[in-house]
Amino acid sequence: MENWLMLTLVGKDRAGIVAKISQALFDLNGNLGETSMTRLGGNFTIMLMVCVPEKKSVVQKKLQTICDELELFFHLDEIEGELHQHIEPDVRISIHGADQAGIVARATGSLAEAGLNILNLESDVGGHPDSPVYVMHIEGVAGMGLVNLEKALQKFSRENDVVARMAPIDTMVG
Amino acid sequence: MALLDILVYPDERLKKISQPVKEFSDNLKQFILNLEETFRSFPGCVGIAAPQVGRFERVVLVDISHKPQHENHGFLILVNPKISSSAGSNVGREGCLSVPDYTGKVERSVSITLEALNEKGEKKVFQMKGYEARAVQHEIDHLDGKLFLDRLVSRRNALSKRIELST
Ligand SMILES: [Zn+2]
Repeated sequence: MENWLMLTLVGKDRAGIVAKISQALFDLNGNLGETSMTRLGGNFTIMLMVCVPEKKSVVQKKLQTICDELELFFHLDEIEGELHQHIEPDVRISIHGADQAGIVARATGSLAEAGLNILNLESDVGGHPDSPVYVMHIEGVAGMGLVNLEKALQKFSRENDVVARMAPIDTMVG
Repeated sequence: MALLDILVYPDERLKKISQPVKEFSDNLKQFILNLEETFRSFPGCVGIAAPQVGRFERVVLVDISHKPQHENHGFLILVNPKISSSAGSNVGREGCLSVPDYTGKVERSVSITLEALNEKGEKKVFQMKGYEARAVQHEIDHLDGKLFLDRLVSRRNALSKRIELST
Protein backbone atom coordinates (compact mmCIF):
# COMPACT_ATOMS: atom_id res chain seq x y z
CA MET A 1 0.00 0.00 0.00
CA GLU A 2 1.52 3.30 -1.12
CA ASN A 3 1.55 6.10 1.38
CA TRP A 4 0.79 9.40 -0.36
CA LEU A 5 0.86 12.82 1.25
CA MET A 6 -0.14 16.21 -0.10
CA LEU A 7 2.21 18.95 0.99
CA THR A 8 0.88 22.50 0.93
CA LEU A 9 3.52 25.14 1.56
CA VAL A 10 3.68 28.91 1.43
CA GLY A 11 6.07 31.64 2.48
CA LYS A 12 8.00 34.68 1.41
CA ASP A 13 9.82 33.93 -1.82
CA ARG A 14 13.55 33.44 -1.68
CA ALA A 15 16.08 31.40 -3.63
CA GLY A 16 16.45 27.71 -2.77
CA ILE A 17 13.02 26.81 -1.41
CA VAL A 18 12.32 24.10 -3.99
CA ALA A 19 15.81 22.63 -3.71
CA LYS A 20 15.71 22.42 0.09
CA ILE A 21 12.18 21.00 0.31
CA SER A 22 12.71 18.42 -2.42
CA GLN A 23 16.06 17.40 -0.92
CA ALA A 24 14.40 16.87 2.46
CA LEU A 25 11.73 14.67 0.90
CA PHE A 26 14.36 12.76 -1.06
CA ASP A 27 16.31 12.18 2.18
CA LEU A 28 13.15 10.49 3.51
CA ASN A 29 13.13 8.27 0.38
CA GLY A 30 10.14 10.25 -0.84
CA ASN A 31 8.99 10.02 -4.42
CA LEU A 32 7.30 13.07 -5.95
CA GLY A 33 4.12 12.79 -8.01
CA GLU A 34 2.31 15.69 -9.64
CA THR A 35 3.30 19.08 -8.30
CA SER A 36 2.57 22.75 -8.73
CA MET A 37 5.20 25.21 -7.54
CA THR A 38 4.86 28.85 -8.36
CA ARG A 39 5.47 32.39 -7.24
CA LEU A 40 2.27 34.27 -6.39
CA GLY A 41 2.98 37.91 -5.70
CA GLY A 42 5.96 37.97 -3.35
CA ASN A 43 5.19 34.50 -2.02
CA PHE A 44 6.31 31.11 -3.13
CA THR A 45 3.73 28.35 -3.08
CA ILE A 46 4.00 24.60 -3.37
CA MET A 47 1.36 21.93 -3.68
CA LEU A 48 2.94 18.57 -4.16
CA MET A 49 2.19 14.88 -3.97
CA VAL A 50 4.85 12.78 -2.33
CA CYS A 51 4.90 9.05 -1.72
CA VAL A 52 6.94 8.22 1.40
CA PRO A 53 7.68 5.04 3.29
CA GLU A 54 7.77 7.07 6.53
CA LYS A 55 4.76 8.00 8.63
CA LYS A 56 3.26 11.48 8.29
CA SER A 57 4.64 12.46 11.71
CA VAL A 58 8.21 11.73 10.59
CA VAL A 59 7.80 13.87 7.46
CA GLN A 60 6.16 16.58 9.56
CA LYS A 61 9.14 16.71 11.91
CA LYS A 62 11.74 16.81 9.16
CA LEU A 63 9.96 19.58 7.23
CA GLN A 64 9.31 21.58 10.39
CA THR A 65 13.03 22.12 10.94
CA ILE A 66 13.60 23.36 7.38
CA CYS A 67 10.45 25.45 7.25
CA ASP A 68 11.27 27.15 10.55
CA GLU A 69 14.64 28.07 9.14
CA LEU A 70 13.17 29.38 5.86
CA GLU A 71 10.11 30.97 7.54
CA LEU A 72 7.64 28.87 5.59
CA PHE A 73 4.22 27.56 6.59
CA PHE A 74 3.23 24.09 5.57
CA HIS A 75 0.57 21.47 5.96
CA LEU A 76 0.48 17.72 5.26
CA ASP A 77 -2.57 15.63 4.36
CA GLU A 78 -2.87 11.92 3.76
CA ILE A 79 -4.32 11.42 0.28
CA GLU A 80 -5.06 8.80 -2.36
CA GLY A 81 -2.32 8.74 -5.03
CA GLU A 82 -4.45 8.46 -8.17
CA LEU A 83 -1.60 9.05 -10.59
CA HIS A 84 -1.92 8.12 -14.27
CA GLN A 85 -5.52 9.27 -14.40
CA HIS A 86 -5.20 12.58 -16.22
CA ILE A 87 -8.39 14.06 -17.55
CA GLU A 88 -8.01 15.72 -20.95
CA PRO A 89 -9.35 19.27 -21.24
CA ASP A 90 -11.52 19.92 -24.29
CA VAL A 91 -11.85 23.68 -23.97
CA ARG A 92 -9.67 26.69 -23.26
CA ILE A 93 -11.10 29.98 -22.05
CA SER A 94 -9.36 33.33 -21.72
CA ILE A 95 -10.92 36.31 -19.99
CA HIS A 96 -9.41 39.73 -19.55
CA GLY A 97 -10.52 43.21 -18.64
CA ALA A 98 -10.30 45.96 -16.07
CA ASP A 99 -10.00 44.38 -12.64
CA GLN A 100 -13.29 44.28 -10.77
CA ALA A 101 -14.45 42.79 -7.50
CA GLY A 102 -15.96 39.33 -7.79
CA ILE A 103 -14.92 38.71 -11.38
CA VAL A 104 -13.60 35.19 -10.74
CA ALA A 105 -16.66 34.21 -8.76
CA ARG A 106 -19.03 35.47 -11.46
CA ALA A 107 -17.03 33.96 -14.32
CA THR A 108 -16.60 30.55 -12.75
CA GLY A 109 -20.18 30.61 -11.46
CA SER A 110 -21.63 31.15 -14.96
CA LEU A 111 -19.28 28.60 -16.47
CA ALA A 112 -20.01 25.96 -13.82
CA GLU A 113 -23.73 26.41 -14.46
CA ALA A 114 -23.05 25.78 -18.16
CA GLY A 115 -21.29 22.51 -17.31
CA LEU A 116 -17.62 23.48 -17.11
CA ASN A 117 -15.36 21.33 -14.97
CA ILE A 118 -12.17 23.33 -14.36
CA LEU A 119 -8.92 21.37 -14.56
CA ASN A 120 -6.57 24.31 -14.46
CA LEU A 121 -7.04 28.00 -13.78
CA GLU A 122 -4.36 30.62 -13.74
CA SER A 123 -5.07 34.25 -13.18
CA ASP A 124 -2.89 37.25 -12.96
CA VAL A 125 -3.16 40.95 -12.29
CA GLY A 126 -1.18 43.10 -14.65
CA GLY A 127 -1.42 46.57 -16.10
CA HIS A 128 -0.67 49.77 -14.21
CA PRO A 129 -1.21 49.76 -10.42
CA ASP A 130 -3.75 52.60 -10.87
CA SER A 131 -5.76 50.68 -13.43
CA PRO A 132 -5.09 46.98 -12.90
CA VAL A 133 -5.99 44.47 -15.57
CA TYR A 134 -7.23 41.02 -14.71
CA VAL A 135 -6.25 38.09 -16.92
CA MET A 136 -7.64 34.63 -16.43
CA HIS A 137 -6.87 31.49 -18.31
CA ILE A 138 -8.89 28.31 -17.81
CA GLU A 139 -8.68 24.82 -19.21
CA GLY A 140 -11.43 22.35 -18.55
CA VAL A 141 -14.04 19.91 -19.71
CA ALA A 142 -17.30 21.20 -21.17
CA GLY A 143 -19.61 18.69 -19.50
CA MET A 144 -22.73 20.08 -21.21
CA GLY A 145 -21.13 20.78 -24.57
CA LEU A 146 -19.26 23.67 -26.14
CA VAL A 147 -22.36 25.44 -27.48
CA ASN A 148 -23.84 25.81 -23.99
CA LEU A 149 -20.56 27.05 -22.66
CA GLU A 150 -20.04 29.58 -25.46
CA LYS A 151 -23.50 31.04 -24.81
CA ALA A 152 -22.82 31.39 -21.10
CA LEU A 153 -19.42 32.93 -21.76
CA GLN A 154 -20.76 35.53 -24.20
CA LYS A 155 -23.52 36.48 -21.78
CA PHE A 156 -20.98 36.82 -18.98
CA SER A 157 -18.72 38.89 -21.22
CA ARG A 158 -21.52 41.36 -22.14
CA GLU A 159 -22.80 41.72 -18.60
CA ASN A 160 -19.36 42.29 -17.09
CA ASP A 161 -17.68 44.23 -19.87
CA VAL A 162 -14.71 41.91 -20.19
CA VAL A 163 -13.19 40.24 -23.22
CA ALA A 164 -13.82 36.51 -23.19
CA ARG A 165 -12.68 33.99 -25.74
CA MET A 166 -13.00 30.28 -25.86
CA ALA A 167 -11.51 27.68 -28.18
CA PRO A 168 -11.91 23.94 -28.33
CA ILE A 169 -8.84 21.92 -27.41
CA ASP A 170 -8.41 19.13 -29.91
CA THR A 171 -5.43 17.17 -28.64
CA MET A 172 -3.43 15.76 -31.52
CA VAL A 173 -2.31 12.22 -30.67
CA GLY A 174 0.27 10.64 -32.94
CA MET B 1 -1.36 -8.72 -41.03
CA ALA B 2 -0.26 -8.23 -37.48
CA LEU B 3 -0.46 -5.71 -34.69
CA LEU B 4 2.96 -4.31 -33.82
CA ASP B 5 4.12 -3.40 -30.32
CA ILE B 6 4.47 0.31 -29.58
CA LEU B 7 7.71 1.47 -27.96
CA VAL B 8 6.94 3.53 -24.88
CA TYR B 9 9.06 6.32 -23.44
CA PRO B 10 11.59 6.20 -21.73
CA ASP B 11 12.62 3.47 -24.19
CA GLU B 12 15.96 4.72 -25.54
CA ARG B 13 15.16 3.44 -29.01
CA LEU B 14 12.69 6.32 -29.47
CA LYS B 15 15.76 8.59 -29.67
CA LYS B 16 17.26 6.76 -32.64
CA ILE B 17 17.40 8.53 -35.99
CA SER B 18 15.63 6.60 -38.72
CA GLN B 19 17.22 5.89 -42.09
CA PRO B 20 15.74 6.79 -45.49
CA VAL B 21 13.89 4.04 -47.35
CA LYS B 22 15.96 2.97 -50.36
CA GLU B 23 13.99 0.04 -51.69
CA PHE B 24 10.25 -0.30 -52.20
CA SER B 25 10.20 -4.02 -51.49
CA ASP B 26 7.37 -6.42 -50.67
CA ASN B 27 8.73 -6.44 -47.16
CA LEU B 28 8.17 -2.68 -46.93
CA LYS B 29 4.65 -3.06 -48.36
CA GLN B 30 3.82 -5.70 -45.76
CA PHE B 31 5.30 -3.55 -43.00
CA ILE B 32 3.16 -0.58 -44.05
CA LEU B 33 0.04 -2.78 -43.89
CA ASN B 34 0.97 -3.89 -40.38
CA LEU B 35 1.74 -0.33 -39.35
CA GLU B 36 -1.65 0.78 -40.65
CA GLU B 37 -3.43 -2.01 -38.78
CA THR B 38 -1.59 -1.01 -35.61
CA PHE B 39 -2.45 2.65 -36.19
CA ARG B 40 -6.15 1.84 -36.74
CA SER B 41 -6.24 -0.07 -33.46
CA PHE B 42 -5.92 3.23 -31.57
CA PRO B 43 -9.12 5.18 -32.16
CA GLY B 44 -8.58 8.94 -32.01
CA CYS B 45 -4.96 8.62 -33.01
CA VAL B 46 -4.07 10.65 -36.14
CA GLY B 47 -0.58 9.47 -36.99
CA ILE B 48 2.14 6.92 -36.40
CA ALA B 49 5.80 6.70 -37.31
CA ALA B 50 7.75 3.52 -38.09
CA PRO B 51 10.26 3.98 -35.24
CA GLN B 52 7.35 3.89 -32.77
CA VAL B 53 7.10 0.19 -33.55
CA GLY B 54 10.86 -0.31 -33.62
CA ARG B 55 11.48 -0.08 -37.38
CA PHE B 56 13.98 2.72 -37.93
CA GLU B 57 13.04 3.70 -41.45
CA ARG B 58 11.56 7.00 -42.58
CA VAL B 59 7.91 5.98 -42.94
CA VAL B 60 4.93 7.69 -41.33
CA LEU B 61 1.18 7.39 -41.65
CA VAL B 62 -1.19 10.30 -41.07
CA ASP B 63 -4.97 10.29 -41.27
CA ILE B 64 -7.22 12.95 -39.83
CA SER B 65 -10.14 12.34 -42.17
CA HIS B 66 -12.25 11.32 -39.14
CA LYS B 67 -11.92 14.94 -37.94
CA PRO B 68 -13.57 16.72 -40.89
CA GLN B 69 -13.48 20.06 -39.07
CA HIS B 70 -9.79 20.15 -39.98
CA GLU B 71 -8.71 20.50 -43.62
CA ASN B 72 -6.90 17.34 -44.66
CA HIS B 73 -5.59 15.19 -47.48
CA GLY B 74 -7.13 11.93 -46.27
CA PHE B 75 -5.05 8.87 -45.45
CA LEU B 76 -1.38 9.52 -46.21
CA ILE B 77 1.49 7.09 -46.47
CA LEU B 78 4.60 9.25 -46.34
CA VAL B 79 7.96 7.73 -47.16
CA ASN B 80 11.12 9.82 -46.68
CA PRO B 81 8.99 12.90 -45.86
CA LYS B 82 10.67 16.27 -45.89
CA ILE B 83 9.33 19.71 -44.99
CA SER B 84 10.70 22.01 -47.68
CA SER B 85 9.21 25.21 -46.31
CA SER B 86 7.20 26.31 -43.31
CA ALA B 87 5.53 29.46 -42.08
CA GLY B 88 3.89 30.84 -38.95
CA SER B 89 3.75 29.20 -35.57
CA ASN B 90 1.11 28.36 -33.02
CA VAL B 91 0.74 26.39 -29.83
CA GLY B 92 -1.46 23.32 -29.67
CA ARG B 93 -1.93 20.36 -27.40
CA GLU B 94 -0.32 17.06 -28.31
CA GLY B 95 -0.17 13.55 -26.99
CA CYS B 96 1.62 10.49 -28.27
CA LEU B 97 1.08 6.72 -28.39
CA SER B 98 4.63 6.42 -27.07
CA VAL B 99 3.94 8.73 -24.09
CA PRO B 100 0.80 7.43 -22.35
CA ASP B 101 -1.16 9.55 -19.85
CA TYR B 102 0.50 12.86 -20.66
CA THR B 103 -0.37 15.69 -23.01
CA GLY B 104 1.23 19.08 -23.32
CA LYS B 105 1.45 22.22 -25.36
CA VAL B 106 3.83 22.34 -28.28
CA GLU B 107 4.73 25.09 -30.70
CA ARG B 108 4.63 24.11 -34.39
CA SER B 109 4.65 25.74 -37.79
CA VAL B 110 1.15 26.63 -38.97
CA SER B 111 1.66 25.82 -42.65
CA ILE B 112 4.16 23.61 -44.39
CA THR B 113 5.12 22.38 -47.82
CA LEU B 114 5.68 18.65 -47.55
CA GLU B 115 7.53 16.48 -50.04
CA ALA B 116 7.33 12.72 -49.70
CA LEU B 117 7.22 9.49 -51.63
CA ASN B 118 4.15 7.29 -51.50
CA GLU B 119 4.25 3.52 -50.90
CA LYS B 120 5.10 2.98 -54.59
CA GLY B 121 8.00 5.42 -54.52
CA GLU B 122 6.20 8.19 -56.42
CA LYS B 123 7.02 11.75 -55.40
CA LYS B 124 4.18 13.84 -53.95
CA VAL B 125 4.03 17.44 -52.79
CA PHE B 126 1.44 18.71 -50.29
CA GLN B 127 0.53 22.14 -48.96
CA MET B 128 -0.78 21.67 -45.44
CA LYS B 129 -1.85 23.79 -42.54
CA GLY B 130 -3.13 23.63 -39.00
CA TYR B 131 -3.94 20.31 -37.42
CA GLU B 132 -2.73 18.17 -40.32
CA ALA B 133 0.55 20.12 -40.54
CA ARG B 134 0.96 19.64 -36.78
CA ALA B 135 0.44 15.89 -37.08
CA VAL B 136 3.03 15.63 -39.85
CA GLN B 137 5.58 17.65 -37.87
CA HIS B 138 4.99 15.44 -34.82
CA GLU B 139 5.53 12.26 -36.89
CA ILE B 140 8.62 13.56 -38.70
CA ASP B 141 10.07 14.38 -35.27
CA HIS B 142 9.80 10.66 -34.44
CA LEU B 143 11.99 9.92 -37.49
CA ASP B 144 14.60 12.28 -36.05
CA GLY B 145 14.47 10.69 -32.60
CA LYS B 146 12.45 13.53 -31.06
CA LEU B 147 9.31 13.44 -28.95
CA PHE B 148 6.82 16.24 -28.31
CA LEU B 149 8.28 16.26 -24.78
CA ASP B 150 11.40 17.82 -26.33
CA ARG B 151 9.34 20.77 -27.52
CA LEU B 152 7.00 21.50 -24.61
CA VAL B 153 6.00 25.06 -23.92
CA SER B 154 5.42 25.58 -20.21
CA ARG B 155 1.98 26.59 -19.03
CA ARG B 156 3.12 29.80 -17.40
CA ASN B 157 5.21 30.81 -20.39
CA ALA B 158 2.33 30.17 -22.70
CA LEU B 159 0.24 32.47 -20.53
CA SER B 160 2.76 35.32 -20.48
CA LYS B 161 3.16 35.01 -24.22
CA ARG B 162 -0.54 35.54 -24.73
CA ILE B 163 -0.47 38.58 -22.48
CA GLU B 164 2.40 40.01 -24.53
CA LEU B 165 0.48 39.37 -27.72
CA SER B 166 -2.67 41.02 -26.45
CA THR B 167 -0.99 44.31 -25.53
ZN1 LIG C 1 4.07 10.49 -31.25
